[in-house]
Amino acid sequence: MIKKEKKIVSFFKTLPKNIFSGFVVSLIALPLGLGLAMASDAPPISGIIAAVVGGLLVSILGGSNVTITGPGNGLVGVLLVAITTLGLESAYAAIICSGVLLLVLGFLRLGKLADFFPSSAIQGMLAAIGLIILGKQFHIMLAHKIKRADTIDYLLEIPVTINDAIHYDKSGLIFAALAGVISFIIMAFYGKIRNKYFQLIPAPMWIVILSIGFSYYFELVAHEANPIAKEYMISGIPNFQEIISQIPTVNFSKIGSFPFWSSVLALTLISSIESLLSIKAVDKLDPEKRRSNVNRDLKALGLATIGSGFLGGLNVVTVIARSSVNVNNGGTNRSSNFFHATFLVIFILLFSTQLTRIPLPALMAILVYTGYKLASPENIKKIFSIGREQLIIFFVTLILTLKVGLITGILSGVLVTFLIHIFINKSFSLFARNVLKPNVLMYKEEDSAGNYYVSVKHFCSFLNYYRLKEKLNAVPENQDVIVDFSLCDFVDHTVMENLNNYQELFSKRGGHFEVVGLDLHDTDSKHPFALRRLLPVPNVIKNSLTKRQTSIEVLAEDYGLRYVSKKEKNVSFLDRFLFFKTKHVNHINNQLCSENKELTMFDIEFSEGELIAKEVVRSTMLYIQLDTNIPEFTLDREGFLEKVYAFAGFKDIPIQNHEDFSKRFYLLGEDEQAIKYFFNDNVTHFFESNPYYHVESNGKALLVFSKERHASIKEIKALYDFGKRLKQVIS
Amino acid sequence: MDKIALLLKPFHTIGIGVTFSPNLKANVFEASRLALLFQSKLTLIHVGEESSEKTEKFKSLLAPFISQSLEYDIVFKTGDPVDVILSVSLEKKVDLLILGALKQENFLKYYVGSIARKITRQAKCSVLLLIKPSVERLPCSHVVVNGLKDPKTEKTIASAFYVANALGSEKITIVEEITQDKITTKVDDDKSLRKANIVKERLKLRETARVNNIIKNIPEDHTKDIVIKSQPIFGTKGYSIGHYAQIARADLLIMNAPSKMTFWDRLFPHDIEHILTELPTDVLIIQ
Repeated sequence: MIKKEKKIVSFFKTLPKNIFSGFVVSLIALPLGLGLAMASDAPPISGIIAAVVGGLLVSILGGSNVTITGPGNGLVGVLLVAITTLGLESAYAAIICSGVLLLVLGFLRLGKLADFFPSSAIQGMLAAIGLIILGKQFHIMLAHKIKRADTIDYLLEIPVTINDAIHYDKSGLIFAALAGVISFIIMAFYGKIRNKYFQLIPAPMWIVILSIGFSYYFELVAHEANPIAKEYMISGIPNFQEIISQIPTVNFSKIGSFPFWSSVLALTLISSIESLLSIKAVDKLDPEKRRSNVNRDLKALGLATIGSGFLGGLNVVTVIARSSVNVNNGGTNRSSNFFHATFLVIFILLFSTQLTRIPLPALMAILVYTGYKLASPENIKKIFSIGREQLIIFFVTLILTLKVGLITGILSGVLVTFLIHIFINKSFSLFARNVLKPNVLMYKEEDSAGNYYVSVKHFCSFLNYYRLKEKLNAVPENQDVIVDFSLCDFVDHTVMENLNNYQELFSKRGGHFEVVGLDLHDTDSKHPFALRRLLPVPNVIKNSLTKRQTSIEVLAEDYGLRYVSKKEKNVSFLDRFLFFKTKHVNHINNQLCSENKELTMFDIEFSEGELIAKEVVRSTMLYIQLDTNIPEFTLDREGFLEKVYAFAGFKDIPIQNHEDFSKRFYLLGEDEQAIKYFFNDNVTHFFESNPYYHVESNGKALLVFSKERHASIKEIKALYDFGKRLKQVIS
Repeated sequence: MDKIALLLKPFHTIGIGVTFSPNLKANVFEASRLALLFQSKLTLIHVGEESSEKTEKFKSLLAPFISQSLEYDIVFKTGDPVDVILSVSLEKKVDLLILGALKQENFLKYYVGSIARKITRQAKCSVLLLIKPSVERLPCSHVVVNGLKDPKTEKTIASAFYVANALGSEKITIVEEITQDKITTKVDDDKSLRKANIVKERLKLRETARVNNIIKNIPEDHTKDIVIKSQPIFGTKGYSIGHYAQIARADLLIMNAPSKMTFWDRLFPHDIEHILTELPTDVLIIQ
């Protein structure tokens, strides 16, 4: 009860903040809503209707916290196709049907559906959408309306339009084009101007204010007609009464036709992908670190889309740009989305006639800029740096989306990704055999640290990533997670990128997320997100460092250690340890060495048994060179060691006056007298009060390790610290 | 205690199907060693015509064990290998049938061949699947056994201790596989996550208590020399335990016998079928 009260109090406390951020967001949503609707060939007001219905419904019913909903830029391409092929009234029917499908997706808990698309394919699709928006609106921005059948033609004609614009002779067109260019400049350079008063109003709103001011200047001061040509002004913005009286009729007559359903599917696909990606991205921005209920959001979006369709609005999706503005301006809960919708209603109530003073090119400049952002060369460069194969996926998706359509585009992206994976692994059976297997195991390690340990087998790619994701989602973000890929032959880029997202999320929320077992995998590029494949014969010279290795590198710098990632086969210094008597050391790598070479940490791979009984084990160990001679002994936790040493005829050595120590540890060695002398109060207290490690002495040096797997960075730090202090205690 | 004693079926007779393959010596050695350890009789089953030559060959292989007073028996019978091995096992009252696994080409991965698979599905006795039979003795120090909530589990765990004692193992890990559908709360947001974790914690405690109860009923001389660990894992029944055994580097995995199989079970494998396609270690299926 108290908790609830607290919640209400904090809700009212943050209300002013949320009202303000809702207001700022509405300033962007207004021009963007108009522009997106016009870019889709729908009446401009339909974008605002979508934003209002979405804002009101999703803020009440949704499951995310700081997201803003409204018309999405990803949908422009699909809506354009739907409206041109079906006609506006049937397009509304398609919108309503896609809303129903979204609702169904939400109820079936299919929020995970978006995981089945490789990230490069999604990138390619988004870039294609960006090009569609940019290609079409660029001409209007320069006051050169054209109509072409193919989206690519729009793009190809951009130089022609620029050439035409330079040679305009009608002043109406020149002013229109100027409005477009200036607006574009405002959009592009807005971020570079650091002035807090200027930044108070978002760039799109500056464009709106300036152009309305410009129009009023000519009307009230200069007493002239607006010099911008009439056909390049926004038209058809109804006032509030008209909106209500002119609710469009929805035409379901084409419901049996193929183009209708392909539009519905495309709308559902894009709106769910765009929403899910946005929700995921916005969750990372949430200052209160809450987790969004994706399926609930999908249901709310579906319902809002249905409502919006009936009222003559477009699809409602979660939008990333407006949501991040919301977070930046202090939005803390869903009420900001609600207020954004409320302010939009107020704007339309009060200023609907003023809106007709905005020149079309200015509005389209906003869209050209968003389109450019989606398809910017930076993105392509980033994808190229991840790997050449990603670029193929990207361009296949991009070109097919432009040439044929969205669904074909994204499906071919999926197919190409899969083919590339088969080609890289030179194996189809790796995928066919294992795709249905529940290849992810997670359990809580039963020791004091209580890490969540996740082991992945066979392969992990976009095809079965959802299994890994399901497990990872069941871990609270303030816990420690270790994902082990050492049993995994192949990990793809989609998974690597998503794991990186988890890493960020966990570290932001006080947890720890680490990926181990990839150091033996090979990759073509230096990018941390590159796909990785386990080689049957590992390369001697590795192409690049894994994320874990780079983290170790950073750690080395931080701790003043020397780092060598190379594999070392000469490991004779380990032979004198009893532990390795029955084991063969294959190699050590990722060596961390202190300045005086007294402490060395390394990843090790050794095998037990020979031939058919051979088992390969990996671990991370610490080697401490000692100045003095100490007795040979082995120390481990009770109950772990017997199996290794029982055969050697040793038995537990009790230390007097330290019953707790004797009870908890297993101490073995030949020279009982010397060992008893060596384990004085200081040493026993040290071991009693520190975490368990396996510690072994060969007389001149110590070997310390804990688990039979590679250690995470956090564990490496703990191990190093333990070793350093142990050395101090001993000497 | 009496109940467990009744449940526990010691291995009086151990059976193994033998053919003249490169693995013959290793298979026979493993089986003979086990027979000696369990103090049981060994029955070699050969699918084919009887001949003195073959008998001699088998006998020469068994020689080192016969000198240790191994009781044995060689059966020759022609027919379909599956039928022969199953029928002979019934006739000779075999309690434990040993089958060899195959290795995937070029990979260190093992699977069960089609014949062995059919036998495993239909056998009325316990089945031991060996992935790497060897002439030398390899110690079996870590045993992983399932702790599923199933009427058969009690017997399986009791048998695990019996086997572990006979083999001189040091550690038994009882894995409680808790399937996802037991957790009724779906994780959507922070609230449901917290709820799901509470449910999980509760399930864990309940499962551990259940397993501890089973252990309590096992005769003490079976448990006293062995380190017992219990590990709850959340995963797919049958598959995850194999995965765990692989990570924990177990030497032997002991499982319940499968319940009745239908055609669909093979098409959408679960439980034991997962293990058969992807043997992590030696597997003992207790019937």
